[in-house]
Order: sequence, then C-alpha cells, then structure tokens
Amino acid sequence: MRRRVVITGVGIYSCIGNNIQEVTKSLMDGKSGIGYDPERKEMGYRSALTGILDIPNLKGDLSRRQRVSLAEEAIYAYVSTKEALDSAKIDDNFLDNNIIGMIFGNDSSAKAVMESIDKIRIKKDTTLLGSGSIFQSMNSTVTMNLSTIFRIKGINFTISAACSSGGHSIGTAYNLIKSGMQDTIICGGAQEVNPHAFGSFDGLGVFSINENEPEKASKPFDKERDGLIPSGGGATLILESLDSALERKAPILAEVVGYGFSSNGKHISAPDVDGQVRSIDMALKNAGVSPAEIDYINAHATSTPLGDECEAAAIYSIFKDFNTPVSSTKSMTGHECWMSGASEIIYSIIMMQNNFIAPNINFNKADESLSKINIIAKPFKKELNTIMSNSFGFGGTNSNLIIKKYES
Amino acid sequence: MNLSKISKITNEVLVEEFEVEKGLIIGKANFRETLDLDSLDYVDLVVFVEENFGVKLTAEDFQKVVTFDDFYNLISIKINE
Repeated sequence: MRRRVVITGVGIYSCIGNNIQEVTKSLMDGKSGIGYDPERKEMGYRSALTGILDIPNLKGDLSRRQRVSLAEEAIYAYVSTKEALDSAKIDDNFLDNNIIGMIFGNDSSAKAVMESIDKIRIKKDTTLLGSGSIFQSMNSTVTMNLSTIFRIKGINFTISAACSSGGHSIGTAYNLIKSGMQDTIICGGAQEVNPHAFGSFDGLGVFSINENEPEKASKPFDKERDGLIPSGGGATLILESLDSALERKAPILAEVVGYGFSSNGKHISAPDVDGQVRSIDMALKNAGVSPAEIDYINAHATSTPLGDECEAAAIYSIFKDFNTPVSSTKSMTGHECWMSGASEIIYSIIMMQNNFIAPNINFNKADESLSKINIIAKPFKKELNTIMSNSFGFGGTNSNLIIKKYES
Repeated sequence: MNLSKISKITNEVLVEEFEVEKGLIIGKANFRETLDLDSLDYVDLVVFVEENFGVKLTAEDFQKVVTFDDFYNLISIKINE
C-alpha cells in the first residue's frame, strides 16, 4: 500500500512568533528573534546570544499532574500542538475515537536533568525531586507527556538525531502513513532554550560572538558569518492520509511527497558534501521529482563558516543548472536545533501558502565558494509549488523533505 | 509549631499548588478522596512537607492518614519527634 500523505494542521511557538499568524508576519518582514541573555555570560558562555522566547504558563489550561511532568520543550510543544490540532480541525471527540500517532524530534532535556542532579547533591534524598522530575528529564519528555494529554493510541516515540531530529520525525511519520500503518500522526520537533542546554555546544566555539548586534549576528552564507545562534521552541504538524483528510473534510495545507536520509559515516561534527548529496538525491527520487521542479530550498545553513560552505557545495552540485532560490530562515530564528527540521517545514508551508520566499536576512556578500548558489536576501514574491527543506546534524545524520502544493 | 499553623500552611499549599477548592478542605473529610491522590501525588506531598516543615514523611506514615486532621497531626508528630 502506498498512500498519499498530506499536512492538515500546523502550529508553532518560536522566537519569531507564538503562533502561525505572528510567525507569518515575521517571515514576511524579515524580523529577527535573536537577543542577548546576560545569565549566559555570568555562567561563562563565550556567546550570550540566543533566541528570545517566554515560557508559557499553562496553569488553568492543564492540571497540576499534567504540568509537573512537562519540561520546557514539552511546554512549547504543547502550545504548538494545540494550535496544530485546531488548525487541522481535530477535536477531543476525534482524538478519543481514532488511533492517532505521535512522533517528535527532541535530543535533550538538559535543564530538567541539571536541576534534579543539583537538588540531589544538596538534599541527599532522591524522593525530594518530586514526581515530575523523571518525566521531564528524558529525551522523550515531549511524546510521553503529550501522548497522555492528547490520549494518543497509536505510534508513540521520540526521535533523537541531533539537528535532524525534527526532519526525521516528519519523514518517519510520512512513511508510516504512506505504508498504511497509521492514518494520522501528530509530529514535529521541540527544543529547550536555556543556559543549561547549550553550554557544551558553546564550548566548541561555534556560536556567533557578534553580541553588539544580536539581530544581525545570524548571517547564513554571508562572507562575515562567524557562527550560529542557539534557539528553539515547539513545532507541530498533523500528517494524515489523503483519504482520512478528505473523509473528514480537513483543510489540506500541503502534501509530503519525498523523504531522504543518509549518514556521513565520517567526522562527528564536520559536515560532508557526499552525505548531504546522497540524502538530497534520495528525497528527490522518493518524491519522483527532478531538481528542476524544486521552486525553493529552505537551507539548513546555520551561519557557521564550514557548514554553510559545505551545504552550498551540495546544493550547487545538484541544482547548478536551475539557479534554484535558497534561503536560511535561521537568519531570523537562529538555530532551532532539534526542532529545526520541523519548524522549517512549517515556515516553508507558510511561504507556499502566501506565495513568497522568506529572506535570508543579514546576507550582504557571499565569499567565492558560496557565490554560485542563488541566495534570496530580501522578501521575494514567488509562487511555490514544490519545496525542499534540508536538515543536517551532528554525527552526520542528514534529513531531506520535499513538500508540494496539494492538487487533487 | 501548633496544629492551627500547620493546617493553615498546608491548606494554602493544597489550594495553590494542588488546586483543591478551599471549601472542600475540612478536617474530617477524606484526605485521599478529596485530593484525588495517585501514587505520584504522594511523592509531591513528601516534597511539600519537607520544604515547608523540614520533616520527611514515608509511605508508611501515609497509611495512617484518613482525614485532613490526620495529616495535620502526622506533620505535628513528625516535627516534635
């Protein structure tokens, strides 16, 4: 069985907006969500730059029992999932009477772990951590919590694949629905945003230190780029078989037509052109589309010198004859890490629905190695029928997704 | 600390943190049923008592608690041990 898979709902909570409407405006305006966090400097961070977002207060929305188990990233994912379900017109009755699945990408819950260990060291008594600590501390905190809150009865797990986690969650959900094993899956990615989460990443010296101009610091593909800026939030998509979507007259936002993946099998942190090309090739073949048909590429480009150069080479090797438009929304959001593969599909859907390409802000001048690809630096009006999104992670895990405007 | 103070602190936390309606907290009312406690909630009650009264309750201690008054008395006994 090979079924068509469509996206019927989206929800987002990020540093450029707390819902689809706000994020749409930010993408159109080229607005940055990056700021300066003084606590990081006090903790010894090399860079205090981060995506800035508030943690929603869910008191009154969820019970105490439900709230105490939610780690920061699960709170974000709850908010984005509520929006996605509303957007897909899925209500409590549908949740209770159907076998729905849940897959999220998440690769840390550092704050919950750090705070519990600190408390154990002081109290010398594990009981005093309280009942929620364990459920906050595991990488699967998002799916274990949201699956109980939303009464999920189908597939239920978390994918940990570094900065490709969100992309692989959508790809895996797509395959499960395509094969007929599930009809509907709530999928996406979540990423904590706190000083506990990024210390070891900062320690590698790969974060931008342009602290005087936070909003201009993330400059993927620009000649002056000096590193990424960590960020996060929650991004949720409702993937559904076309039959299911049509039967319940759900809004169809886009169709997932291709998923590709690969492992570099080389260095633990350095990107690899060959691995990325293999992943892109697989996605194109899986989708049955040619490179010429891709109207826009949402790049992984995080604003690191080596990563952007490598990705530009991979893109050029496949799309050199088509001058395909490319932008990195990380120029506005920073690197949403575990969530980015999912949030960037949502950003791409927003562009597809509103006929524009969100700009790669802060791109002023490419160096020679990047000048061959068509980077879109200003908001650009364009009809987008087919979009590819790249996600590449530590350990050489690569994910590529291709979505299309839905046609019956 | 006298029982009145213990019950005052306890009730405030139960209303604020455990989200129990104030009017339901009556000395002779059933503690577990009123609070709708599950096994995880007891862990959080241990934390609450330790943080507010500086004493540690055990699972065995809770076996003797039927009413809210029993709970206040248990804390009082533990404080005075």
